[in-house]
Amino acid sequence: MKNDKNIIEVKNLVKHFGGVYAVNDLSLKIPRGEVVSIIGPNGSGKSTLVNLLSGMVEINSGVVILNDAEKLKKIKSYEIQDLSITRTFQEVRLFEQMTVIDNLLVVLTNRSVFGSFFEVHKKYHLEEVERMLQRVGLEAKKNQLAKNLSYGQRKLLEIARALLMKTEIYLFDEPFAGLFHAMIKTVSGIIKDLRKEGKTVILIEHNMDLIRELSDYVFVMDEGSLLAEGEPDSVLKKKSVIEAYLGK
Amino acid sequence: MNYTVYYIVHLLTMFSIYAILGVSLNLVVGYTGLVSVTQAAFYGIGAYATALIAKTAGFGFFSSMLIGVIVAGLIGLLIGLVLSKFRDDYYVIVTVGFNIIAYGIFMNWHSLTRGPLGIVAVPRPKIDFLGLHLDFNNNLLFLALVLVFLALIYFLARFIAKSSFGRVLKAIREDEKAIQVFGYNAFYFKLAIFVISAGMAAVAGSFFASYLRFTSPNTFVLMESVLILSMIILGGLANLKGSLLGAFILVLLPELMRFVGFPNEIAAEMRQIVYGVILVLLMIYKPSGIMGEYKL
Ligand SMILES: Nc1ncnc2c1ncn2[C@@H]1O[C@H](COP(=O)(O)OP(=O)(O)O)[C@@H](O)[C@H]1O
Ligand SMILES: [Mg+2]
Repeated sequence: MKNDKNIIEVKNLVKHFGGVYAVNDLSLKIPRGEVVSIIGPNGSGKSTLVNLLSGMVEINSGVVILNDAEKLKKIKSYEIQDLSITRTFQEVRLFEQMTVIDNLLVVLTNRSVFGSFFEVHKKYHLEEVERMLQRVGLEAKKNQLAKNLSYGQRKLLEIARALLMKTEIYLFDEPFAGLFHAMIKTVSGIIKDLRKEGKTVILIEHNMDLIRELSDYVFVMDEGSLLAEGEPDSVLKKKSVIEAYLGK
Repeated sequence: MNYTVYYIVHLLTMFSIYAILGVSLNLVVGYTGLVSVTQAAFYGIGAYATALIAKTAGFGFFSSMLIGVIVAGLIGLLIGLVLSKFRDDYYVIVTVGFNIIAYGIFMNWHSLTRGPLGIVAVPRPKIDFLGLHLDFNNNLLFLALVLVFLALIYFLARFIAKSSFGRVLKAIREDEKAIQVFGYNAFYFKLAIFVISAGMAAVAGSFFASYLRFTSPNTFVLMESVLILSMIILGGLANLKGSLLGAFILVLLPELMRFVGFPNEIAAEMRQIVYGVILVLLMIYKPSGIMGEYKL
């Protein structure tokens, strides 16, 4: 099954909050091992799609098909690790009153109540965390509480946490938003590395240059539905896409 | 024993009992972020279970304590299951409800608890083992025994706090939805710590009933849970030493007040007021408590 072209297929997905249809009969196929960007104006349902794929909100109708095999009508957030999915959040969600190290160790240790009860983190867990902190340039902050980090450092820590999950699929919800140049470089480097490793990245992003630089394929969402899709260069030129962004 | 020694031993015994309650509650409130106001219910379950089983079934203190711990754990499991449906403010309110229910049962199940009369002549522990004869009717020996159990519970709590399990509890406290995304089913973790905490509180109850040789519903009113909660907030949440400090302050405050010149009769009543004032001031100037590592 692993060789199938699409790692995720979304079919007729619907999510509404009261009368607001955040995702409205959305169907799309995410090719395996590529960086796929999802763009669209604010409120077009991009974050909701990521929330649906990660089990943070319940699917109203439609299915998510993983590896052409598993048909999911319900996704529980604590099961997405087993589906080899992880994510970051548009609004950074860290474990604020915990140290930077603990924010990362917690995704490496035993998942069961009994297993974790009799486990103190292992030495190789700590080494893995240290390597990751170096990669994102946070090693000097390791004993700080997460709440004391700067905005950019917080975003990096969140990305580091996702990377340590070592999943096949990464959902990054606006990872570049609000970052300065050096940190943008770090994050785009990480995404390029993931692609080299054959991982699938779903990237929500507004910056057209970054989209062109990083993505193999682009989906454009508008009002919960698909407006356009294709290779970055051709999609970004489409009149309908430009209109959706600039307002009709 | 002369009166002063007797009194110091009494204070230290009460300190130890409250310290056990504080440490147990800190695991739930400080480490897991679940603001529970029903610890006195488990305290009471431990006290009644020990009193009833030791008296009627003639079990020794330690086996009746063990049964008390198991009963409290099982009831903690049921209550924890109900509580898993609630968050934040509603969680607090439901725990209040459970304490009121527990008190109502202690008060009104006459055939079992003798209602407001309480249960008298609860035995003290005895150890007759390998030539060792210890009679804990001696208050000093009794204190030593409570201290041993406080140490055991303290180190168990510390072990939990430092384990991977403890780190997950903190992450649940910080962002329950986020930690689930990383593969943890928070439900089981919250339930486990709630049950462990209930069992620990029952140990304090067993000692309390045996120490006074008496137990009655009035010890396990809602206000007692509020007191235990405020005690650990004062000492500092998510810090076990803070709970010891909180218990120390709680038990010693009336003595200190007497020391600085309040008359005997007033000191006891003023304790609550002064305690309340300290709590308010602390929340204004240092909301994480004296040694706290977590702010609600
Ligand atoms: N939890 C929620 N409750 C109510 N409405 C929501 C919720 N999440 C998203 N929405 C609404 O759904 C729509 C899509 O939002 P979102 O997915 O965040 O868009 P995007 O990420 O593309 O900016 C918006 O109208 C938003 O207000
Ligand atoms: Mg969004």
